[in-house]
Amino acid sequence: MSMIVSSIGQGLLWAILGIALFLTFRILDFPDMTVEGTFPLGAATAVTAIANGMNPYLETLLAFVTGAAAGLITGLLYTKGKIPILLAGILVMTACLSVNLHIMGSANVSLLGKQTIFSSHFLTTLPKYFDSVFVGLVVILIVTILLILFLQTNLGQAFIVTGDNRIMARSIGINTDNMTMMGLMVSNGLIGMGGALIAQNNGYADVNMGIGIIVIALASIIIGEVVFGELTLNQRLVAVTLGSILYRFVLLIVLQLGFSTNDLNLLSAIILAVCLMLPQLSKKLHLNQVLKKGVAKYDED
Amino acid sequence: MTKTETPLLTLDNIVTKVNVGTPNEVMILRHLNLSIYDGDFITVLGSNGAGKSTLFNTISGELPVNGGSIRLKDQDITTMTVEKRTAFLARVFQDPKMGTAPRMTVAENLLLASQRGQRRTLRLRRLKQQLPHFKALTATMNNGLAERLNTATENLSGGQRQALSFLMATEQHPDLLLLDEHTAALDPKTSAELMHQTNQRVTQENLTCLMITHHLDDALKYGNRLIVLDQGQIKYDVRGAEKTELTKEKLLSFFDTIE
Repeated sequence: MSMIVSSIGQGLLWAILGIALFLTFRILDFPDMTVEGTFPLGAATAVTAIANGMNPYLETLLAFVTGAAAGLITGLLYTKGKIPILLAGILVMTACLSVNLHIMGSANVSLLGKQTIFSSHFLTTLPKYFDSVFVGLVVILIVTILLILFLQTNLGQAFIVTGDNRIMARSIGINTDNMTMMGLMVSNGLIGMGGALIAQNNGYADVNMGIGIIVIALASIIIGEVVFGELTLNQRLVAVTLGSILYRFVLLIVLQLGFSTNDLNLLSAIILAVCLMLPQLSKKLHLNQVLKKGVAKYDED
Repeated sequence: MTKTETPLLTLDNIVTKVNVGTPNEVMILRHLNLSIYDGDFITVLGSNGAGKSTLFNTISGELPVNGGSIRLKDQDITTMTVEKRTAFLARVFQDPKMGTAPRMTVAENLLLASQRGQRRTLRLRRLKQQLPHFKALTATMNNGLAERLNTATENLSGGQRQALSFLMATEQHPDLLLLDEHTAALDPKTSAELMHQTNQRVTQENLTCLMITHHLDDALKYGNRLIVLDQGQIKYDVRGAEKTELTKEKLLSFFDTIE
């Protein structure tokens, strides 16, 4: 039971990453690798600020700002420097590795005995793992509602159309470069904030904690899409969170089967690859027809 | 004649090159001069490579000029960005896919276009309040678009999509409308219908419009002025009664002289 609660808590906390990546990967329609650098950047910002006695809420906000700054750099490299987006992201991600070491002063920093969001009086009275469920739920609710509202504004619509048809967006007077940079800033800001929350939840930050997180974030988006199918944009944002929780359940099952935590990245990649291939596989193997046939036969009997 | 009034748009000695600084550098527009007056409906003819699309890209700001100047009335807009120019200029592309956002609905596309050239703010979009207006607007096209306001444009037919692009371009009554072979990708019947709607709307709303076409019949039938582009220059420019009297034979014999 506690494992399930823990999975839900982790799913909710990591869902912030999925939603952040949704803004670039699905709405702006390009893969942003910066996130592998901004996730530990947010964590590094958080642990260092906490170690210096900063208020944990303020520090989580600060992680958003540093993440957004990294996103802005990727955006400038891409829109003004004309560097392909994949490469621009990798450049900033790589640069972040050094920056993170400078911020933290060492490869990993523990938060043992320090005041974090999770050490507030109310959260410590909750049963085990319910603290991450509570924090995750509150944050994901705020982020999702704000994003849904934002996407319904004129600016939000201009942001969506930039990803949908750049030429048309420009032809009706939308500055697509600015929209792209705004998307990268908000997305990476949220990733930084996610990094700060997860570092506080784990009780430490490590310079290598960003490796593979793009796959985890993508997995929550793709699983949400595969499981829930055709949805409106607002529903798709909610589906990301549910996908993130489902992904944690899949990991839980796999670990119960006896795989070690060392295999996590391999398993994450396999799960994502299978989900991405599912539409192709079902076409090739005629899964729908096989299922229908099976039912039809059963009916005849 | 309207020669004494200030032209709406003046292209003065325009030079536009592509692939500048590479061995493939080509001069497309060669010291081109053109004055467009308020209310002009100009059909633009010219063979492939004559510079028709480059002319449009130069007016819209997609291509920077390498010489000469562009004036909107008395304002120099030679270096104005594409986004800024959309405040007075609208364009319909040849490819139906280019003018609309595929994953957004017909109504959402119309709403986006209704703010052409304006600053996008954090104000709520208020789509529902505008639906009756959009319904009436799309109904004028008589092609079923009005029943599909909440359909993603990628699910529309090419004709519906192009009709939508045309509505989006004209809804805000732009000072200048550029039609880049906007009926070329459609079947003959749909193409003729959109052409008819175009003529009706341009003349009724008294829009100033440039229309590229490869159909000599359309070029002769529509508009009050006809220009022919050849090797980056305007080689033929007729208007009013002179254009009305122009025949296909005369036009074809003119084409023979420039080739």
